[in-house]
Amino acid sequence: MFPEIIETRPIRIWIDDGLDWMVKNWGDAFEAGAYPLLVLLNSIQKFLLFVPWWMIIFVLAAVAFLATRRWALPIVVVVALLLVGVMELWEDAIKTMALMIAATLTTIIFALPMGIAMSRSALLRGIVRPILDLMQTLPSFVYLIPVVMIFGPGKVPALIATIIYAAPPLVRLTDLGIRLVDRETMEAAQAFGATPRQKLFGVQIPLALPTILAGINQTTMMALAMVVIASMIGAGGLGYQVLQGIGRLEVSRGLFAGLGIVALAIIFDRITQAFGKQLQERIGLSEHKL
Amino acid sequence: MSERAIIELKNITKIFGESPEEALQLLKKGLSKSDVQAQSGQVVALNDVSLSVNRGEVFVVMGLSGSGKSTLIRHINRLIDPTSGSVVVNGRDILDMAVEDLRTYRRTEIAMVFQNFGLLPHRSVLENVAYGLEIRGVSKPKRRKTAFEWIETVGLKGYENSRPHELSGGQKQRVGLARALAMDSEVLLMDEAFSALDPLIRSDMQEQLLDLQKKLKKTIFFITHDFNEAIRLGDRVALLNEGELVQIGRPEEIILQPANQYVVDFVRDVNRARVIKVGAIMGKDETTPCEVAVDQSASCEDVLPLFATHDWVGVVNEKNERVGSISAKQVISALARHQATIS
Repeated sequence: MFPEIIETRPIRIWIDDGLDWMVKNWGDAFEAGAYPLLVLLNSIQKFLLFVPWWMIIFVLAAVAFLATRRWALPIVVVVALLLVGVMELWEDAIKTMALMIAATLTTIIFALPMGIAMSRSALLRGIVRPILDLMQTLPSFVYLIPVVMIFGPGKVPALIATIIYAAPPLVRLTDLGIRLVDRETMEAAQAFGATPRQKLFGVQIPLALPTILAGINQTTMMALAMVVIASMIGAGGLGYQVLQGIGRLEVSRGLFAGLGIVALAIIFDRITQAFGKQLQERIGLSEHKL
Repeated sequence: MSERAIIELKNITKIFGESPEEALQLLKKGLSKSDVQAQSGQVVALNDVSLSVNRGEVFVVMGLSGSGKSTLIRHINRLIDPTSGSVVVNGRDILDMAVEDLRTYRRTEIAMVFQNFGLLPHRSVLENVAYGLEIRGVSKPKRRKTAFEWIETVGLKGYENSRPHELSGGQKQRVGLARALAMDSEVLLMDEAFSALDPLIRSDMQEQLLDLQKKLKKTIFFITHDFNEAIRLGDRVALLNEGELVQIGRPEEIILQPANQYVVDFVRDVNRARVIKVGAIMGKDETTPCEVAVDQSASCEDVLPLFATHDWVGVVNEKNERVGSISAKQVISALARHQATIS
């Protein structure tokens, strides 16, 4: 047995009591702070449920066509979504889609500035990177408990848990993309007297965009990966169907919902990837690597 | 400061490393570069380099890789700050400039062309050429107009809407050149501008630069590792070796009087007949009547055929006034001098 060096019980009691105290005293403040998240998620969900199903299929197929300029992906999109509808999962799929979109949008708002800041400061990068590692590797249940205690079960903690899990790749790839911008191109901007702002918006962000888009792609995928866990704390959607399938030992229900998640994953993965590829071609990948 | 000098580098020393000051003290104590590097672990990129560039001349710094030439050129627009020394351009020490002044200086007085072009891959040729003007805050119609003109001047008319990755190396560097020229700044920095190009394209670009320079009369600070390019382009050439200046002079001076063995090694491969001008080696005889005369800017190669029928020919200046004479013997000894000195 490992010898007991210090008594850890007081530390654990201190942490638990601290959290209780925080929930009691700051719970309302936290909820008020997260209210915009709830509004965002609900409006996306309401909007998507308001739009007729064929319209959503049409729009996603059109986006897929714009991204690839081919018919293969739009056909896949239409077939996959029809399948979701046939399996009587349309409403659940929309709820999951809304959660994923809300999580991705929120992540972009926080992760982009963080990635940009990291690319400019080695100190900040040194501090943030281990935190990102922690966010990605810490089992999500560990932070689900305190998040649920603070916000109560519902959509907000599900959204926050999804953001915590899905944000790291976007932060990392934004930082990486900006630091990979050709040194001589940056030097040229500097030599012509560009201000830091002109360099950021005129050179760094446009050239890092393919990498940033790869980060957004990762974020959408990881957000989808979280839907089952998120549904445990009240997110609803396809994940909830999977949970019910498990609970009732209904293999078919779990399988159908699982396939629905896969369908959404394929659609969003291929569309974002295709946009990234299009962007890279426009820049000229060989030049980018030079 | 001399009237004609536009760029003056004074005692530039640049040390790369964690604590350059320590290495600088060692250098000042008179230790050699390699001893300083061994003792302090710092890299001495430039050691006490002083030179001045005259208004309107093409000044070429030639050196091999690691000689510090790219570091040197970056001092002139302060992409790099020296460890010690001063950089005076147009009478002002640019090291004293505040950030805002430095930006204005870069936007108005000095433009740069890069070895690997440094173009913006997400922008069209037109937008690339207009980039410097955009940074300067020139209005869109005005900068488009200027960019169109320069694109035509460098011979890329019709490519305005292409993207850099659709162009060949030579075309890309024309874009880089047009971008710098569009700034209409007095000083043009060219960092190995033609080194990444194929030999034939490089030769074309050199010719184009010389043609443009006849009209524009810019002050061009040109960096190269190619001795022939230095000789061809430079009104004056400086040779840099391991961070130290070896020799500065007009191309003929360097070929006819190489300062040391290092320079001799470069001079050996030069086509002397093409580079040495008659004016540099002619005799003083201005009076004896002659049957044929050549211009003093003619090369030895140009006069050689005349010696088939003449022992000597007269030399005249651009106003067609007789300034000297040149004989077959003088030409032969000028062409052969370098073999004579090393044997």
